[in-house]
Amino acid sequence: MTAALHAEWTKLRTVAEVRWWLLAAAVLTAGLSAVAVAATHAAPRGGPDQDLDLTKLTLTGVHLGQLVVVLVAVTVMSGEYGTRMIQSTLTAVPRRWAVLAAKAAVVTALVSAAGAAGVLGSVLAGRAILARNGFATADGLRLPALTEGPTIRAAAGTVLYLVLVALLSLGVATMMREAAVAAGSVLALLYAFPLMVSAVSDPDWQRHLRQIGPMTAGLSIQATVGLDGLAIGPWPGLGVLGLWAAGALLAGVALLCLRDA
Amino acid sequence: MSTATQDTRTAPAPPPSGSSPLEGFTHSLRSEATKLRTVRGWLVGLGVAAVLLVLLAALDASGSHVQCGGPPAPKGSAGSGGAGRTPRSDEGCGGSSALPTGPGGDAVVDRAYLVDQTLSGNGSITARVTSLAGLLPEDADGPEPWAKAGLIVKAGTTPGSSYAAVMVTGAHGVRLQDDFTNDVAGSAGAVSSASPRWLRLTRSGDRVTGYESADGTRWTELGHADLTGLGTTATVGLFVASPPHDETSYQFGGVSSDGGPSLARGGFDHVGLAGGWSGDTWRGELLGGADDGPAAAHGPGAGFQQSAGGFTVTGYGDIAPAVGGLTGGIERHLVGTFAALLAAIVVGAMFGTSEYRRRLVRLTFAATPRRGQVLAAKAVVLAGVTFLVGAVGTVAALWVGHRLEGSRAVALPTSTWVEVRVVAGTAAMLALAGVLALAAGTILRRSATAVALAISLVVLPYLLAVAVVLPIGAGEWLLRVTPAAAFAVQQTLPPYHQVLAAYVPPLGYYPLPWWGGFAVLCAWTAGALALATVVVRRRDA
Repeated sequence: MTAALHAEWTKLRTVAEVRWWLLAAAVLTAGLSAVAVAATHAAPRGGPDQDLDLTKLTLTGVHLGQLVVVLVAVTVMSGEYGTRMIQSTLTAVPRRWAVLAAKAAVVTALVSAAGAAGVLGSVLAGRAILARNGFATADGLRLPALTEGPTIRAAAGTVLYLVLVALLSLGVATMMREAAVAAGSVLALLYAFPLMVSAVSDPDWQRHLRQIGPMTAGLSIQATVGLDGLAIGPWPGLGVLGLWAAGALLAGVALLCLRDA
Repeated sequence: MSTATQDTRTAPAPPPSGSSPLEGFTHSLRSEATKLRTVRGWLVGLGVAAVLLVLLAALDASGSHVQCGGPPAPKGSAGSGGAGRTPRSDEGCGGSSALPTGPGGDAVVDRAYLVDQTLSGNGSITARVTSLAGLLPEDADGPEPWAKAGLIVKAGTTPGSSYAAVMVTGAHGVRLQDDFTNDVAGSAGAVSSASPRWLRLTRSGDRVTGYESADGTRWTELGHADLTGLGTTATVGLFVASPPHDETSYQFGGVSSDGGPSLARGGFDHVGLAGGWSGDTWRGELLGGADDGPAAAHGPGAGFQQSAGGFTVTGYGDIAPAVGGLTGGIERHLVGTFAALLAAIVVGAMFGTSEYRRRLVRLTFAATPRRGQVLAAKAVVLAGVTFLVGAVGTVAALWVGHRLEGSRAVALPTSTWVEVRVVAGTAAMLALAGVLALAAGTILRRSATAVALAISLVVLPYLLAVAVVLPIGAGEWLLRVTPAAAFAVQQTLPPYHQVLAAYVPPLGYYPLPWWGGFAVLCAWTAGALALATVVVRRRDA
């Protein structure tokens, strides 16, 4: 297992693109967050009484970050199929589940690092811009302290969210093999639920769709206000995403073990 | 290989089969079509796009229930901590309650309280409006912005019949409106007993001219309307209307709308008929037939009082085009477009990159040294096939959604031209997104990176704007500058400035007109193709 881990680490370390992508994940996360925050002025449409979740707003960049994270995770698996490297890998490590486990571990480590950097950048940039936009003093819209429980939950949860999206992508890539198909499938799965929620009008359907969607449920971890109105709580929501990721990895392992490489 | 590239750039070799460039291009087209046709996964991918369109249309139709009667309200998705919606009082389900259709064929709302007479021939009516006050909602300060009190000449009391009216509004000054969609502004400012407004309508044949005056002696012509279907007799009189109160708010992750009935009261005096018209007794009636209205639950209802000095008229409703956005237009069946776009992007990216992986590209470029021509042939073949599959999928999605929704829907009528535009526009959007991914794949030579890039340009901005992840302003900006602007081709219902509603992307209203949004996507795709052509000529294969 240690050898498999080391092999995966070497493979990933030596692909120049991965370094750039991880950097891009962090930069894009912080960048989109900053843009979203800058676009929100102290008198948002809808009046001052709306429950504006400033912590969630400062973490908007996760939408761009997860796109890159999907790309990284998909490449880790599908890249080997593209170059037939997978045959050497499986010859070297005949226990195929160990290959996937090693890849998952390496991806988790890298995405955690990039995600933490992106989230930290988002929070710091967001607070600076919000304070300048007059949110620190606006009535009812107080900038939550960094040390408050919900803020920490949202920030750390966003990093976990990115890791789970990466693991989901890894599982799907193992099933699909082809990188482009895997990336498209993961993003279709992620995007389908929020877009269906905005399209159907039945409130029950909307609630259920939010509860089962990997992205809608997973991102409820970012909520810090109005938790009672959420379709699913922050931690259970992240758990739903965890189930999706676990399911995808299990299906990936099953196919990896059953199928010819 | 490098020197070979240089040679082809300086002196392009003639295409091997045939002499004319056109023949060479036909040859390239045929070979690219064969490549697309013989890789089963790509055709399957495009088929998946069509299937997703239909499947999501079916899912959406099952998960949506549309209020019967009245204009469809904007659909509210109670966001995180969102407030629920108060149903509007004019949304009662009363059997056959389809929206009336105006002279222009659009769905309209035609409800107001009238104090009128039936008059034949030509003539004019004059009145002074001294007040317009809002009675409902109780906590409102002032009347609804588009509450109306004024004069009307209408072909009859049948809902949807032709009319011209001059009126004072709650917050938009004096207006001259006709046939539901036309609106001309007069003087601004609110009406009060201290600053009343004189209004006049003159009928001459089919032409109705509107005037306003501050003092009743110096008159300003606002404009005129040439009505069709105005018979020798017309319904002429005073009217008061007040559209339902509507407040839409946005939380991150959802839109919630809150509204309720409204009621307005207008004061008139110096009411007089002139020209060929001579007065008889005034009768009061609710245009659009009797219903419970806001009166059932809240105090005084619609009606009028005549005194020596003039009239006090209380009414509700609106004489205006119906607005429905995503709930009313046929585009509500095309929610699967994003998924079809993802499939088209994946196929496009792979069509652009797979030759590099299999080194087939060297053979292709050896056979056709004009590399730009190869790229153009690929783009044409991909766009053509995607367009056809997309058009079939769109038509099927519209049909399935319509069938599953059945009679529960209050769809606003759409002209055939608009339906054709939606189908062709959606299919073209899929085709162009595929070509954009093809160009990205050619430049990057990595299919997954190309897919991620294309999705971040075409689908992600749509998600951020429509699912209200970003503030509305930022979302609208994205839908102006990114290729996602092309989603505007699906908007079937125009916004009307004279009807207060939330004309925002989450409710199906895009910041650009359909041709503008489509042009943005065209520009992106053309730019990407041009860049890809340059890169492919300069680079080793």
